[in-house]
Amino acid sequence: MGQFLDIRKRILEITSVASAIIIWEIIARIINKKYILPSFLEVVTAFLELASGDELYRDILTSLNFFVIGMGAAIAVGIPLGIMMGWFKTFDKAVDPIIEVIRPIPPLAWIPFAILWFGLTQYAAGFVIFVGAVFPILVNTYTGFRNTPRVLVESGKVLGCIKNRDLIFRIALPAALPSIATGVRVGMGVGWMCVVAAEMFGVRTEMFGLSTYGIGWKIWHWNSLHHMDLVMTYMLGLGLIALVIDRLFRYIVQEWWLKWQTGVVV
Amino acid sequence: MLSIKNLNKTYHTEEGEEVVALSDINLYVADKEFVCFIGPSGCGKTTLLRITAGLEKPDSGTLTVNNEPITGPGPDRGMVFQEYSLFPWRTVLKNITFSLELKKIPKSEREKIARDFLKVVGLSKFADSYPHELSGGMKQRVAIARALVNDPDVLLMDEPFGAVDAQTRNRLQHELLNIWENKKKTVLFITHSVDEAVFLADKVVVFTARPGRVKEVINVDLPRPRERTSFEANEVREHLLASLGAEIQAAID
Repeated sequence: MGQFLDIRKRILEITSVASAIIIWEIIARIINKKYILPSFLEVVTAFLELASGDELYRDILTSLNFFVIGMGAAIAVGIPLGIMMGWFKTFDKAVDPIIEVIRPIPPLAWIPFAILWFGLTQYAAGFVIFVGAVFPILVNTYTGFRNTPRVLVESGKVLGCIKNRDLIFRIALPAALPSIATGVRVGMGVGWMCVVAAEMFGVRTEMFGLSTYGIGWKIWHWNSLHHMDLVMTYMLGLGLIALVIDRLFRYIVQEWWLKWQTGVVV
Repeated sequence: MLSIKNLNKTYHTEEGEEVVALSDINLYVADKEFVCFIGPSGCGKTTLLRITAGLEKPDSGTLTVNNEPITGPGPDRGMVFQEYSLFPWRTVLKNITFSLELKKIPKSEREKIARDFLKVVGLSKFADSYPHELSGGMKQRVAIARALVNDPDVLLMDEPFGAVDAQTRNRLQHELLNIWENKKKTVLFITHSVDEAVFLADKVVVFTARPGRVKEVINVDLPRPRERTSFEANEVREHLLASLGAEIQAAID
């Protein structure tokens, strides 16, 4: 029975994606203007052509490089800061006003300063991604800590877990992990958004010589040359990579850290 | 030996009102005595237990365990909460080894100790289960094992069986008495159930409605194992019900 439902679910998924593709193809053929809406087959052709060379892989690696720098910094700053603000009330009161002023500024507004401070380097792109990703991580870590059930903290205390450090790492942090994982996932979503924007400016890296690479960069590049089939290819590629990373993250977190949970929260 | 002298506790609500939770509490509990606290809701019995655990501080008065004043939580007192309080990210076994880890006892040794206590509460098969896989009664048994593994002199229990069904509750009471007789702990046990108090306690402390005071202390001199429906048990029960009934009425008025 379970297996039957599983197959039915799969069939439904495949049908849904296939119909979307067919509708896309039909509309594209009706419009019949490649520079307004390239058809599915045109995009597939463009993709296959692209995938046979190594340009696409350089673009992916470049974007991943920015993404890792930005996300790494966001996690390294967001989680500890969220822990401090969630656990120490005085610290929270002192830092919160600053955060609340900076937080509403859209990450893209930081691009001028990112370039000014870091030049057209991978760190400028990383910085914009960092600004986008750090707040969801910070806020979710903070909320997770704030929502640590009181009875768990008190159980810890009664069992001899008295020091702040022990209470944070042995009780509040594991209790907050589901919330932190959600924060990282939301942060990654915003992070990909920022990748495209950050690459608009043709950030150069030393990775592959002097040419500019990056998925986001290529979207803008091919757009300016009216190669909409390639724009679409890169768009779909970006979505696919973001999806794979999100699934991978979810799988790892669920298998290693959150096995104890009843439901699938992440 | 646990001694409470002239203890007072007042709460301040956010509106600035004062709520007297405990007023001039005096109580003496001998070693290895099983004491039940009973009283209307909101009479401060949980507060008294929390102060004994070191989770809250009294405004005035003294509270000593073995002549040592209580300043905070300590290994001489273990607590079982009314709510389910197991760490959901730890297996049953790791929940029990928690306090031993803090004491830096080597892994193999602490797991051996934990398994012994798991056997005491009859849950050896569930060592590697996570709390969400257990029933309510099983969770509370693990919580009891977790509190006992620290080898406290005093076991504080805040309505630990309040959320389990009546049949499980009876069985848990039996098991608790077995543990108490074997390990010889002093037990302070909060309950709303007169039946439970009469079945378990050497001594029942009846609290008044707010502000909480000790109304009377009833010694239950019935031989153990006790017969829940014996004539003598009924007599004690009747006395308790009358005493408690007056206070519940007062709490409503």
